[in-house]
Amino acid sequence: MMNNPSELLYTRSHEWVRFLTETTAQVGLTDYAQHSLGDLVFVNLPQEGDEVTQGESFADVESVKAVSDVYSPVTGTVKAINEVLLDAPETINKDPYGAWLVEVENITDREELLSADDYAVHCEKED
Amino acid sequence: MNLLFETSREGHGCSILPPCDVPVTSLPETELRRKELRLPQLAEVDISRHYSALERRAHGVNNGFYPLGSCTMKYNPKINDEMAALPGFAGIHPLQPAHTVQGCLEVLATAEQYLCEITGMDAMTFQPAAGAHGELTGLLLIKAYHQSRGDTGRTKIIVPDAAHGTNPASAAMAGFTVVNVPSNDKGCVDLEKLRAAVGPDTAGLMLTNPNTVGIFDEAILEITKIVHDAGGLNYYDGANLNAVMGVVRPGDMGFDVIHLNLHKTFSTPHGGGGPGSGPVGCKQLLADFLPLYYAKKAGDGYAFVQPAQSVGSVKAFYGNFLVVVRALAYLFTLGGDGVREAAQNAVLNANYLREKLKDTYEVAFDGICMHEFVLTLEKLKKEQDVSALDVAKTLLDHGIHPPTMYFPLIVHEALMVEPTETESRETLDAAAEIFRSVYEQALRDPQSLHDAPTTAPVRRPDEVAAARNPRLRYQF
Repeated sequence: MMNNPSELLYTRSHEWVRFLTETTAQVGLTDYAQHSLGDLVFVNLPQEGDEVTQGESFADVESVKAVSDVYSPVTGTVKAINEVLLDAPETINKDPYGAWLVEVENITDREELLSADDYAVHCEKED
Repeated sequence: MNLLFETSREGHGCSILPPCDVPVTSLPETELRRKELRLPQLAEVDISRHYSALERRAHGVNNGFYPLGSCTMKYNPKINDEMAALPGFAGIHPLQPAHTVQGCLEVLATAEQYLCEITGMDAMTFQPAAGAHGELTGLLLIKAYHQSRGDTGRTKIIVPDAAHGTNPASAAMAGFTVVNVPSNDKGCVDLEKLRAAVGPDTAGLMLTNPNTVGIFDEAILEITKIVHDAGGLNYYDGANLNAVMGVVRPGDMGFDVIHLNLHKTFSTPHGGGGPGSGPVGCKQLLADFLPLYYAKKAGDGYAFVQPAQSVGSVKAFYGNFLVVVRALAYLFTLGGDGVREAAQNAVLNANYLREKLKDTYEVAFDGICMHEFVLTLEKLKKEQDVSALDVAKTLLDHGIHPPTMYFPLIVHEALMVEPTETESRETLDAAAEIFRSVYEQALRDPQSLHDAPTTAPVRRPDEVAAARNPRLRYQF
């Protein structure tokens, strides 16, 4: 059973969201996502100030198997990127819920997000 | 195994240079190297043994079955190499005047004629060095075409999600934005999604047919029409031409520009650095944009001409010329009927192997396939924790090169098998037996597959460390 913290919200495309305020949030990849992708070897992040749009790709992660897009659960502006990941992508494998990819501010829109329990059900269906 | 630099011993060397037969002059002091080149010092016998040792640690078509999907690892007849070694081909200089190398120009013009006949194109360049290079060149032609018409709003290239990874990469390299269209449940292009994706910003579509799951997209005429009606052009990725050459032509399917992989379909050496050759063919509407050094019949002989609105050179001189010689030798050997038979046998072999494996492995898409098929090992992964990678590594212990793994991305735990026409029924029977025994081994003793390969010269390289910390040059 995957460990999905209950204070976070989740997408069907396996991103997590941690709301810091009403309009600011961190976004990362779930434990399920890092497990399916396998060992990550590269991470491409957007730049601070970039606009991200709900449902659209804003970053990509590369494992030994493939490159995969990461989709933004929210619409807003990139306030900060987690630069540690650029040199140490394995951090996502080791600590998926600590390894946020970006912090987004001025959030104007968000997709319908899942609770930890609903996300766990979604993952079981994917298996 | 030691590198050449590690085997090097001070004072060792080869004296194979003939006596100098031209006057010796000295270079200006400022142009001279200050330090000696750090080349390894070795006797010829040591170099020869080094490369033979490397060869023993690799697996090529000459070592055994090599069903690497989308790569067409067919046997390369030795007569191709004999032709390429003829001194009139092998001993020329790229700056020789054209009248002294008429035979070489005739090779290019003849290969163009034959390959255009096979693909339904009007003109072809041999400059691109391999497939992805051909894709970039083809896309530059599409870009130049739109721009020449003042149609500057066409910035998007449509690529299906089952495409070769090089397609979106080439489109991005050429300055386009990539639009992905999903496949339907048969692994083919979803026509409704394609209709929704095209528009006045569509520069073109890139497609492989048969596609990467080994299925011929029967809606191909509809697909290319949708793109044409929107004002875009159609690009054919020729990686899978082996399934259809001599049977159906991309030009008749509605494609405007294609690349071929001579090193796949036309039996020239492939892998390990090739060199490859990725000629680009096009319909007349794009011919004026072709790269430089286009060989054309001129009077009684041949000349290099510059197409009127050429995109320029995409490689030095004429591309990998000797690969074209090999491909032409292959075409002469097979003839028109032989080319068609090669495609038919490639399809027959793939279906024979698919039928033999389908009760053991799960085939990703049902029905008759073309030259390749895709297995999904999702169930084995879930129930036995044995992945496609584990099965691939175990096949190495049985003297088989693994199929392509984890591709196409739309199939989970994929193994993509392409036997090619050059394998006999006996080879396919033996391979099917090995595939089945590996599956049984996975049910009986999954750990042994995690440990594989155990008898291959190289165990499991640390791919993660290699990707994270690549060491690409020798540290003196």
